[in-house]
Amino acid sequence: MEIFEILLSASFWAAVLRIASPLILATMGELICERAGVLNLGIEGIMVFGAFAGWIAVYAGLGLWPGVLVAFASGAMFGLVHATLTVPFGLSQHVVGLGITLLATSSAYYAYRLALPQVTSPPRITPFQPLNIPVLSDIPFLGPALFSQTALTYLAFASVAVVALVLFRTPLGLALRAAGENPAAVEAQGLSVTALRMGAVMVGSGLMAVGGAFLTMSAFDSFFFEMVNGRGWICIALVVFGAWMPGKALLGALLFAGFDALQIRMQQTPMGAHVPYQVFLMVPYVLSILALVLMSRRVEVPAALMVPYNRGER
Amino acid sequence: MRLEPVADPGLVRLIGLPVLALAATVGVASVLAMLAGANPLAVLGLIVQGAAGSKFAALETLNRATPLIFTGLAVAVAFRAKLWNIGAEAQLYAGALMTVVIGTQLGLPGMLALPLMAGAAILTGGLVLLGPVLLKVRLGVDEVVTTLLFNFIMLLFVSMLLEGVLKDPMGMGWPKSPALPRDARLPRIVEGLRLHWGFGLALISAVLVWVIQVKTTLGYEIRAVGQNPQAARFAGIPVGRVMVKTALLSGGLAAMAGFSEVAGLKGSLTLDLSPGFGYTGIVVAMLALLHPLGVVLSAIFVAGVFVGANSMSRAAEVPTYIADISVATALLFMVLAILLTRFRVVRG
Repeated sequence: MEIFEILLSASFWAAVLRIASPLILATMGELICERAGVLNLGIEGIMVFGAFAGWIAVYAGLGLWPGVLVAFASGAMFGLVHATLTVPFGLSQHVVGLGITLLATSSAYYAYRLALPQVTSPPRITPFQPLNIPVLSDIPFLGPALFSQTALTYLAFASVAVVALVLFRTPLGLALRAAGENPAAVEAQGLSVTALRMGAVMVGSGLMAVGGAFLTMSAFDSFFFEMVNGRGWICIALVVFGAWMPGKALLGALLFAGFDALQIRMQQTPMGAHVPYQVFLMVPYVLSILALVLMSRRVEVPAALMVPYNRGER
Repeated sequence: MRLEPVADPGLVRLIGLPVLALAATVGVASVLAMLAGANPLAVLGLIVQGAAGSKFAALETLNRATPLIFTGLAVAVAFRAKLWNIGAEAQLYAGALMTVVIGTQLGLPGMLALPLMAGAAILTGGLVLLGPVLLKVRLGVDEVVTTLLFNFIMLLFVSMLLEGVLKDPMGMGWPKSPALPRDARLPRIVEGLRLHWGFGLALISAVLVWVIQVKTTLGYEIRAVGQNPQAARFAGIPVGRVMVKTALLSGGLAAMAGFSEVAGLKGSLTLDLSPGFGYTGIVVAMLALLHPLGVVLSAIFVAGVFVGANSMSRAAEVPTYIADISVATALLFMVLAILLTRFRVVRG
């Protein structure tokens, strides 16, 4: 069976981590927002803008890490717009989020056309290179599978640990989660729900943008329209699938990336050649819906998610 | 800061703020034009001219508005019931698909084919939305994500059919469906002018939706469910059934966009039938404050921005995406302006 051959190859597992990386970063970003009580549907567009911003910064001569910072900052900026409209003004998070997605996506395309008016194919940058972790990368099979990734993949995994640590082991994390569960109680402690939620949305949006930048700065080396291709929406499903817990969301992203890496390889098998390739491409979206259905009865949604908080109104 | 309800907004507030929102949008567009090294006044002039400067341009705008009226109505109907249908794009393609299947595969005469095509499109569009809505009503699965994901699945499904069973043998290898026979197409409203009856159907649909909303029990129930589902259930309104009816109506309207684009304009189905009409429908509906008759006006306005920007970008060196940014900006400014007609910001 080809499927076993695929599962036993180190390159398959390396691909799983690679495919999972942007999803992990953006899922952590969305998770922070939602834990604080704000659904951020700007995610898809913010990922597009992050992919563009990081790439164009490097193309313009910045280093790779400064490029990642540019992506983060651009995401935080869209986060600020989102948060201003949804937190103090309490506007519909659905409408504002979709508006931000439209705005960020079209801004990226507009800026791309302004920066490169004449090109037919986008220029390339030198992306992040695989970083072999000493000793670990020499382990047979596991080495090339897990420890020969680019720095951004390691960053993605580190972000899960940091998010989990901050959310569950620090006073800030406690306040943040309370803002998403019982904002009145946070206010009674003398903390500002507005500040907490706005901060969470800005940092979360920054992470989403870095997730997008992974595509142009690590997975590929240039920017294409529609390259994000619904990944943002998949991340929203992953947050639900992970029951708003960073660790579980990470598992979800890996599982998801596993299926995705598998379908790409199955396409090339003699059996897969008989199936229209579109069926394989549907797999990620169908899986996301299945994940939502499976988790529907079991998860506890943050109580104040999508509920605007207006002081003085109880 | 916090928000305090305004007891009596007054005309200045009610009209002034939305006008200010539009002015701010024009301001943003001007800055964008300047970034592209163009004179903003000239760019705005070219956009207006390209959208309404000639009979040809105006008709082009109305043609472009047609699918937006349908998707805008689809979104308006759904959002009234707080049913977040972000999947109008998928429902549009479902409608387009049924239109070409019935129009090209059954060999019916036009008089019979057209109503059948439209009916099948409406039904299929409704069914496409019914899936996510049943998941929401029965299992509590959030319909925002499922309807969004369905858009991608539907587009891949259409792509599969266009490269498989529905592929046009005369299509020179392009993924394109066979063309509808002449008599299975929507006629022009006025002979010789490039405006098809899809526009007429869109206007009729807007009036019908308006009548449903203000004159029927269903309209009342939809409003009640949208305002407060718990209270509606308490008042004896079958919330689940209202949701299902709303879904069928909303999905059917979005599918009509696909029907009218194929049968009225393109004559066949390709993967680029819709440049995001489903998503733009959300902007159209919000700008119209979810009012069905307002949808017609806002669809014509949004279509004008796109058509105008398209022709402007050929004349001036400004990318056409300026239209997409302006439309998104208009949406955000407008929802804020509408909020501020009802609330004022106070310190503390």
